[in-house]
Amino acid sequence: MTETRRSTTKMVPFPSRSIVPERDLDKQPILETNHLGIEFGGLKAVQDFSITVGRTEIAGLIGPNGAGKTTVFNLLTKVYQPTTGMVLLDGVDTAGKTTVEASKMGIARTFQNIRLFGNMTVEDNVRIGLHNQISYNMFSGIFRLPGYWKQEKRQHEKTMELLSIFDMQDLADVKASNLPYGAQRRLEIVRALATEPKLLLLDEPAAGMNPHETEELMDNIIRIRDQFQIAVLLIEHDMKLVMGICEGICVLNFGQIIAKGTAEEIQANPVVIEAYLGKQKEAEA
Amino acid sequence: MKKPNRRFVTNLCTYLMVIIAFFVCRSMIDAGTMSRSMKGQLVPICAYIVMAISLNLTVGISGELSLGHAGFMSIGAFSGIIFAGWLRAVVPDVGNEVRLLLAILVGGVFALAAGFLIGIPVLRLRGDYLAIVTLAFGEIIRSLLNLCYFWLEGTDLRFSFGSSPDPAIKYLFNGPAGAQNVAKIPTETGFIGGFILVLVTLFVVLNLIGSRSGRAIMAARDNRIAAESVGVNITKYKMMAFTVSACLAGMAGALFGLNYSTLQSVKFNVDASIQVLVFVVLGGIGNIWGSIISAALLYVLPEMLRTFSTYRMLIYAIVLIIVMIITNLPLVRGFVTQLSNASERRRMHRDGKIRKGDAV
Repeated sequence: MTETRRSTTKMVPFPSRSIVPERDLDKQPILETNHLGIEFGGLKAVQDFSITVGRTEIAGLIGPNGAGKTTVFNLLTKVYQPTTGMVLLDGVDTAGKTTVEASKMGIARTFQNIRLFGNMTVEDNVRIGLHNQISYNMFSGIFRLPGYWKQEKRQHEKTMELLSIFDMQDLADVKASNLPYGAQRRLEIVRALATEPKLLLLDEPAAGMNPHETEELMDNIIRIRDQFQIAVLLIEHDMKLVMGICEGICVLNFGQIIAKGTAEEIQANPVVIEAYLGKQKEAEA
Repeated sequence: MKKPNRRFVTNLCTYLMVIIAFFVCRSMIDAGTMSRSMKGQLVPICAYIVMAISLNLTVGISGELSLGHAGFMSIGAFSGIIFAGWLRAVVPDVGNEVRLLLAILVGGVFALAAGFLIGIPVLRLRGDYLAIVTLAFGEIIRSLLNLCYFWLEGTDLRFSFGSSPDPAIKYLFNGPAGAQNVAKIPTETGFIGGFILVLVTLFVVLNLIGSRSGRAIMAARDNRIAAESVGVNITKYKMMAFTVSACLAGMAGALFGLNYSTLQSVKFNVDASIQVLVFVVLGGIGNIWGSIISAALLYVLPEMLRTFSTYRMLIYAIVLIIVMIITNLPLVRGFVTQLSNASERRRMHRDGKIRKGDAV
């Protein structure tokens, strides 16, 4: 005979915390984070960060300076290990993984302050992105065995194909640090794409670009998503870009999510307006 | 048809330079125009060229300042010497060429193993700390060698550690007194061996740089965080550069050691490591052909300054300082960078590769 010790409870469906585009509904979300958080010696840089990014979604992460956006990127790419919560990438838990393993699992990123391999050519920068797509070892490389020639040739073709996304094939043998600023940002995106990611993280891709270049970048991000069928999560301060291409937007302030929704919802949200512009005075209201 | 790129042309010129230098030296020997002292320097020059190239792999390509490179050279030298001595006892009629070849291989293998073991703790460090620890390891190797004794009983190789020497035994390697009765290789054979070793070193290092592994090594040097973010395993490639570099240093050591009938471990102290580093720095960090030229010239320079007797090292130092100042003059630097960068930029503008309105 069993005895029931708990009180009677009525079970209800758990409300979905996040929105994904309708086309991605029946697929496994590419990224899910649950109550993700990190503390730096008592300072909670990010806490209770839970989002879901659909398989082919372009998602935006915005917020005032110092809100913890880049910290979120560092948590997702395992530069930092979270103190609480978890990250599921394509349904696989990334706990305890290294940055290199995260890259192999299909996450690629660009950096806010450009981090190219400055002393190497544009082509070599992309080839390093293809590092895990080719497999010949050190000895085939030194003794130039057939594997070397075959794979180097394929790698060269792949590199040129990737560079053609931004029309940069002609710049292949230029030293990366000699590129103009905008081209350096584009090269970083190409290098990230070379790792064949499922999720591309862009940290302020439009920073320092003029309106014309930003316009082009918006088209290119959408084109990349369509061509490679990947998800994009981007941090950006340029609201024209964010509102123009992001399907789901998440607003972060002081390490916490203050709003999630579509562009229209975010623009109308008083909490977001308050975070960006400050509280309206009672008298004015 | 793809046009040959700049790296290919540079590499080809480097090989040609070494081959031409070798034949010039050979013909000078044959014509009898080379002085005796100069002739004696040929093998050490080859050994130090290999040292400079291999250190350039660690310092220039992998970007880690190592101050213990002579330690690997000494491991290669003494393991090569002991092996050659043992080989002479076992197979007395083996040819010089075979003995040199095998000794170089043995030296390389032992230095590779040492490089791997030392690399495990050392490559966890970065920058200045790595330099200090490699310096310490170089000295540790030398101190340990001072406690080792090797001798032959018939054809058996015997080893003891730390015991005081027995005057009755004819040692192959006698702690602080170093290697004695070395199965020396004649200069002629040594020089050809040295030339081939330089070519092999060039082949290994240049091909490594142009391969997937080499690109990963340079990526780890240029930007650690970005390299990890695209899935390059930093530790693995730093280790690869360090052990290959140690192995080549060991080979150079074996070549160097078999050129002398006696050799003490003092020859491989910190000064020797710094000397190789000077070759690398003056030849240009990351610049392989620069290392070859500076190693060859700076190794013979003290010899050529013999006429100044007492002031020899003083003048050597002054020459080094002058070279450094000249290569750092804005005028000279500007000229060199103009050769590479500016022409590239001009070409980009001419071909319309830089778009209008791009911030430069």
